[in-house]
Amino acid sequence: MSNEVFKVTSRQAGDAIVIAVQGYINNLAGEKILDEFNRWVVEGHRRFVLNLEKTQLVNSIGVSILIEMIEKAQELNGSIAFCCLLPIIAKTFKIMGLTQYARVYETEAEALAGE
Amino acid sequence: MSANALKRIELEIPVAHDKELEAAKVAEQLAGEMQFASECVDEIKLALIEGIINAFEHSGSQIPKVHVEFVVHDGEIEVVVQDFGQGFDPSAKPSVRPLQKRGYGRLLIESLMDEVNYITGPQGTRLVMKKRLSRCA
Repeated sequence: MSNEVFKVTSRQAGDAIVIAVQGYINNLAGEKILDEFNRWVVEGHRRFVLNLEKTQLVNSIGVSILIEMIEKAQELNGSIAFCCLLPIIAKTFKIMGLTQYARVYETEAEALAGE
Repeated sequence: MSANALKRIELEIPVAHDKELEAAKVAEQLAGEMQFASECVDEIKLALIEGIINAFEHSGSQIPKVHVEFVVHDGEIEVVVQDFGQGFDPSAKPSVRPLQKRGYGRLLIESLMDEVNYITGPQGTRLVMKKRLSRCA
């Protein structure tokens, strides 16, 4: 697990930006996701889907950075949806209250269609 | 080793980036051997990670390490995180507000594990977490 390389990639899909994350989301990884999000925001994009299919764990510091992204998207009248969560990540988001502020979908296609 | 302990593993985790994952790997292996369901294995790992991060960040310890202990009992795993900091008041529950950015570690630990106790004092804090197989097989 500790040898996993964290990777974040993004692409445009219609009017949304899909940010795909691979690996453990801690403080540094969270900052990289936030940088990627900010890069697209500067270009005027407001609708985001975070695909966490290849993420096994998110610690509370990582989630706090995702909360920062949700807040920023809300301030800009945009949205962030999550998809493809392992049960532990879905449970973490629920405990921390993220699911009240961002929608969670089973698949990326549903997330892209849903917001 | 206590009378009903089947196995005990102790680790020293240095306070350094991502070192909590080394302990999580051991937790994964032990809980897997005990036939915990994979979802519960992940819950044990995350609770342990949060316990170690809390110790790294909040204990105020001058000793740059935490002690982690796994004790396998019949039908239960006990995971201990010991820091060497100043202790804290466990009766003061952290408040959680909507979209609050920090302070979720303890809430996560207490939500993910079946039993959580803090033995704390000026010499440090011993976080003792238990997960029962009967609720997780």
